[in-house]
Amino acid sequence: MFDFEVLVQQLITGLSNGMIIALIAIGYTMVYGIIELINFAHGDVFMLGAFFALTLMGVLGMESWGPGGQAVGVAAMLVGSALFCGALNWSLDRVAYRALRRSSKLALLVSAIGCSFICMNLGLFWGGLPMDVFAGGVAAAAPKDFPALVPQVNLLGESFIRITPADALVFAVTIPLMVALTLMVNRTNLGRAMRAVAQDPVAASLMGIPVDRVIGATFFIGGALGGFASVVYSLYNNTIGFQMGTRAGLDAFTAAVLGGIGSLPGAVLGGLTIGCVRAMSDQYLETRWTNTIVFCILVLILIFRPSGILGSSRKEKV
Amino acid sequence: MSTPLLEVVDLHAGYGAIEVLRGICVTVDEGEVVSLIGSNGAGKSTTLMSISQVVVPRRGDVRLAGESLIGLRPDEVIARGLVQVPEGRRVFARMTVLENLRMGAYLRRDADAIARDLRHVWELFPVMEERKSQLAGTLSGGEQQMLAIGRSLMSRPRLLMMDEPSMGIAPILVSRIFEAISRLNREGMTIFLVEQNARRALGLSRNGYVMETGRIAFSGPASALLGDPRVQSAYLGA
Repeated sequence: MFDFEVLVQQLITGLSNGMIIALIAIGYTMVYGIIELINFAHGDVFMLGAFFALTLMGVLGMESWGPGGQAVGVAAMLVGSALFCGALNWSLDRVAYRALRRSSKLALLVSAIGCSFICMNLGLFWGGLPMDVFAGGVAAAAPKDFPALVPQVNLLGESFIRITPADALVFAVTIPLMVALTLMVNRTNLGRAMRAVAQDPVAASLMGIPVDRVIGATFFIGGALGGFASVVYSLYNNTIGFQMGTRAGLDAFTAAVLGGIGSLPGAVLGGLTIGCVRAMSDQYLETRWTNTIVFCILVLILIFRPSGILGSSRKEKV
Repeated sequence: MSTPLLEVVDLHAGYGAIEVLRGICVTVDEGEVVSLIGSNGAGKSTTLMSISQVVVPRRGDVRLAGESLIGLRPDEVIARGLVQVPEGRRVFARMTVLENLRMGAYLRRDADAIARDLRHVWELFPVMEERKSQLAGTLSGGEQQMLAIGRSLMSRPRLLMMDEPSMGIAPILVSRIFEAISRLNREGMTIFLVEQNARRALGLSRNGYVMETGRIAFSGPASALLGDPRVQSAYLGA
């Protein structure tokens, strides 16, 4: 018999994971929108954000704080990782991408892949630091436990369907960020400048827009969203590892392409879709097929509708 | 003699191995309209792009009111008041008319003066105010040109450079554009005009330069150029 409650439960899980994927996907889509680069290092920046958060937790000894203190701790990790990932992503652009602005897109892409490897190895090194939170750092490559500062209780009481504070945290963090980002892009001078640079960088520079600084700001904002996502992801899944950026990054990249690369609502829609598809596949097929299904979606989209669901391929008047 | 507003001295520029400009010299005095005419591919647009420092010059100097612009970023050139209306208009198609105009004022923080300049643009091109919430990509070519000019005016230029403002525009609107240029000049704007429509451009100008394959072939008062047989046969279809 079909169990409706299981379906609802999987949808909740799918939407929570989907919101996290969406937040990472926005980082891909913003950077692609402005310089047509798939920033392959983005997933690894996200991963380093999680390591930064765990380190912060260890250094400050957050686990021994009271419940109120831990709420402050979560806020501190969110802000800390956002700033860290924003700065890191900005630095990647400054060091590895900016000099290649006038080169071929391929050179830029190869540089991004290189950055991805560097960040991943940085994560491997980081996990080997002799700290308690990294289990003494004896097994650098091993997955690390990320303490569940957010209690795993059911907010719905005895109900079969579980909504935990971790689910609530996911939505409480991601939705305001997405709203704020949308307002920023549509209403502020920087947001308008970002759209102008995305549409025509030469015309933007002829209007006095400092194109490189606007691109740098885009990298910072995209990275910061990845940082927020990394903390939420870690508190939700309670395990981190130096390779987590690859999978999360590919999910998010697929989400961005599915929604229409370059489109912010597309990234959110794509993220939610991929999150739900993963949850359904885990439940009704088998976990081992889930990645296959996600990549099939990516391949099919690239073949049949490369502009994605919300992306436009319309030509503009010249 | 006072310092000219714009002085271009022995400007060389190119792309890769291709040398496009081979020693351009141009002078524009405050309050003047000066035209640069020449056939396709002569290097007129590259001249403007090199003056704006979007294309980095290889040799020579560009001075605005006596100060060299060499080594500045394009946004720093605009902050100094040298602004270009690009060839092909290049309005931001997926932004509204009003947003496009705001982009022109990107570097400014003087909200009151910006509002005044916006009213000036509405006055110059009333159709822009009617369409202020419309996406720029949906405007006709002539309206896009008006928007491109308005957008540049929003940055309060000391010198406005226009690249082919009449290109690809319905004849009736070409007249509107040239009326606007002449009105702007009467209001005191200095204008450096690049045009293929040599008759109209020279008709507005005090001086003109004729460009051929990367060099200034000859120059002089616009009235003299209009009567020059070399100009008449090559650019005026006489």
